[in-house]
Order: sequence, then structure tokens, then C-alpha cells
Amino acid sequence: MADIVVEVSHLSVKFGDFTAVNDVSFSVKRGEIFGFLGANGAGKTTTIRVLCGLLVPTEGRVHVAGLEFTDDTAQTIKNKVGYMSQKFTLYTDLTVAENLSFAASLRKMSKARFEERRAALFKFIGFAQPPTALVRDLPGGLKQELSLVAAMLHDPDIIFLDEPTAGVSPVSRSRFWKLINRLSSEGKTIFVTTHYMDEAEECHRIALMRAGQLIALDSPENLKTTAYPEPMWEITPPAHADPAWLQNLREVAHGELQPYGMRYHVSQVAPPDWNKFMDRWGGTLKVRSIRPSLEDVFIRLVEGKER
Amino acid sequence: MSASVRVEGLKKKLGPNQALDGVSIRLEAGKLHGLIGPDGAGKTTLLRTLMGLLKPDQGSVAFFEEGAPASFMAVRPRMAYMPQQQSLYPDLSIQEHLDFFRDLYSLPSDVYKSKKEELLRITRLEKFVDRAAGKLSGGMYKKLGLMCALLASPAILLLDEPTNGVDPISRREFWDLLYRLREQKILIVLATAYMDEAERCDQVHLLDSGRLLTSGEPRTVLDEEQAPNFETLFMKRAGAM
Repeated sequence: MADIVVEVSHLSVKFGDFTAVNDVSFSVKRGEIFGFLGANGAGKTTTIRVLCGLLVPTEGRVHVAGLEFTDDTAQTIKNKVGYMSQKFTLYTDLTVAENLSFAASLRKMSKARFEERRAALFKFIGFAQPPTALVRDLPGGLKQELSLVAAMLHDPDIIFLDEPTAGVSPVSRSRFWKLINRLSSEGKTIFVTTHYMDEAEECHRIALMRAGQLIALDSPENLKTTAYPEPMWEITPPAHADPAWLQNLREVAHGELQPYGMRYHVSQVAPPDWNKFMDRWGGTLKVRSIRPSLEDVFIRLVEGKER
Repeated sequence: MSASVRVEGLKKKLGPNQALDGVSIRLEAGKLHGLIGPDGAGKTTLLRTLMGLLKPDQGSVAFFEEGAPASFMAVRPRMAYMPQQQSLYPDLSIQEHLDFFRDLYSLPSDVYKSKKEELLRITRLEKFVDRAAGKLSGGMYKKLGLMCALLASPAILLLDEPTNGVDPISRREFWDLLYRLREQKILIVLATAYMDEAERCDQVHLLDSGRLLTSGEPRTVLDEEQAPNFETLFMKRAGAM
């Protein structure tokens, strides 16, 4: 099928006795924002490294941009994928221009093509700093955007982003996701890992990994419905709550209680008697019906198992 | 010993960058303080100044023990700092790390033994004592760093983005751990870029570009700023600038 740009079937990767990826299969469509979630050590980065041709699978088959990795196709595939790794990979003591020019030479790009792409990408991210600025002097968010530019210089169809926004400000994260959405609407395929569950909400589909295995694959909305068929409520504690309050909430919730910042999430098949509960603890207590967040989903599906 | 810190008008320039631009905050014992802000807000510079690793250009840091003024040198042995880039040894096991830090801190063997058992229990790392640090998951690695910092039973614990890059479940475990430490009246100061973690602190200090935006209990701060959460608060502030 022409619309499938990444196809993974029965992929396993072993490092000695350790199985990092265990019989994983999925496919990604053109233009999709595909979220790849899981606990630390679940096998996310290993899978991405296979898809970028940096690791050879122990078992299984991988097609990227319609091709299987062989000595003959590897270069063609690498021209079609861009990879922004977890660690910041630009040289902080080089300037913006020097970093990009270096990335372009690695890709063996012609000068004319490089300059054309650089101008287009600067326009795309709205980059307003002088190209002579040292990378170490850029704010965190701009460094990430510049890494994205470096990963996209050769105009790849598929872009792998491994925790692209770790430690970046909310404003920069939101800007970065606007860029991702625009790339997707232009037909680029985005394969992204993140530990920010609010970002995962922006993905079209999410693959959830646990201990090397794929345990769920669906849209964010469907994942919520599958993980939480029962209703959920958000409880905002009363101001100046006495300690007995939380104990009472635990009883009402029958143990299905998760702290959520300063609030709590409660899920129950049969709705608790909230009116009675609110009467007891006063007017500043708030109870409202909510959809589960992806953090709730993540915790329910991954919690308590070997990770 | 319960320790508290008063920071007044702190200024620090790093190269061309005004990392701290007149920051004043109070850090009280037995509370979990959050330094909240994006990259470049000044969080790390503030922690490093508290730890005595950087000298301020202007302003002062005053320490108190049981409410009475105390010198930095008197307090320093009871301070622990977990930097963002932890200097753990990838080829040493958890057990070997703890032994190494026992020697660095010159802990008597009975104190070390009971402390080690307690820490392994609360971090739930008992089963992994022989695993090399380089083979730990992100969350476990952070917990090992915390254990090394806690071995000397500090009164002040400074943590620089301890949960960055850690998955949601490991983050929750880490926070459960911090709450247990708070019960022991340790002053905890934690820097984070996760806005949902701000809500979990007793006191938050919101920093941006080296300036303190506001301080207080999370709920009070949100009410005053009329923001539903800290993410929105920062977006609003950034939009206004």
C-alpha cells in the first residue's frame, strides 16, 4: 500500500541476553503523527534506531519508505528519513550557520540546495536570531527548533523525533507542536516519543510499549475509552483541608484514586454519592466529571507490571 | 536539625547572560519548595549559589538552624545537591555506589548499614543492588542519584530537575519518595520544568529570565493569577511580555 510509509513486522532486538524489543508489529501512514510512548527502558529508542538504519534487527522485517534495509537500499532510506535524537546533538561552541553547514556537508548537499533549504526552514520556524549566534547562547526552545532544522535539511519524508521537547518551556513546547502539526499537514510523517502526556494528546495514533512489547495501539480517544470504560471524576480538595478529608475520599473512591497535581482523579463503575461527600467537606470542594487524561491511561496500562 | 534559608536580592551574571536578576525568596524547613520555570529561568544558577558553588555578584544567602543564624560552613556538611547531570559511574553497581559514597562521607558502618537498608526499601531498589548504573532505567538512575545524596542524612536537599526525561509512573514514584522525606523535616528545594509538578509543591517560586515572578502556595498563586494551572499561567505571562 502506497500510503504506508513505515511497516514493522515481528521486530525483535536483543543485546546479549537482554531483549530490548520483543515481537513488535505496527505500521505508520503518510502524514500521520505517530506517538511512541512507554516507560524508560521500554524499547522506544531501540525501535527508532532500527527504523533509522542505525541498528540491525535480531528478528523480523522493517520497511521504511517502501524499502527494506539492505546494503543497497540503506543510503536511499537514509535520504528519506530525518532523526532528531534525545540528546541535543548540535555543537554548542559553533554558530548556528556553522552547525547547519556541517549537517549539510554530512548529507553531501550542494551549496545552492543547502542555502535554499536553510532559508525555507528558517522561514518555516520563524527563526529571527543572527546565523552568527553561538548555539550555546540560544534559549532551550530555539536549540530544539534548530535541531529540527538540522534533521530536516535534506527534506526527508519521515521525521523521527526522540523526546524533542524535554526540559523546554511550555511556550516553546506549544510552538514546537504547531510546527509538527504543520509538517504533518504538508504530508510529512512524524514519529515522536515523549514523556509529556499533554503532547501525546496531539498525536493521531499512539503506540504504547512496555518491557519491549507493544501493549496498545490506537487513537488517544479510543485508548481512553478502552482503558477506562467506567466514568471518571476530578476532585479539587477543599481549601485548608483537614487530613481526614483524604481518608474519606479514599473510602468513597474504593481505592481507585490517583493524585493529579493538587487534585485527584477517581474512577468508579457505580457513581459515588458525591452530594453527600460535598456536603460533608464544604463549599470549596469541587467535583466534576471528566474524560481520563492520557496520563491516567498510561498509568493504568503500564502500572504494576514489569517495566 | 531543621534548616531554613533566606535569599535577598541575588544577582549573578554568567558571561553576557544575567542569570539571576535580583531574586529574593525564603525557604522554610520541612517544606517542599519548587523552583518553577523554563530553561534559562535561573533555576540551576540559584541552586548552585545556594550550594556555595557560585558566588553571587550582589545580594546574600543567609542560613538558619532551628531559627538561629548559622554560618554556611556550619550548614554545609548537612547539605546535599543532586545536579541535573549526575556524576554516577556507569560500570559501578548500586551497591558499589553506596559503598563509595559511604567512604566519601566517612560514615560509621552501623549508621551506613541502617541508612542503606532504609533507602533501598523506600526506593524499592533492593532487588537491583548488583545492577550497574549504566544499565538502570531512567527512573531508577535518578533514584540512585537521590540515594547517594541522602546517604549523609542531609537537612537541606537541593534537586535540579530530578524527573526530567522520566516516564509518568517513575515520576509519581519519585514524588512519593519526596513526600516521605518531607515528613522527616528535610528542607527540599527542587527545580523543575514540569508545570504539573508545581502543583505538588508546598511552596512554589516562579522564575523567568532570572527574575522571580511570584512565590506562595500553589493554590493561592493560581487563584491570584486567575489561572487554572501553571502551564496556562506561564503562557499568559509569556504572551504579556
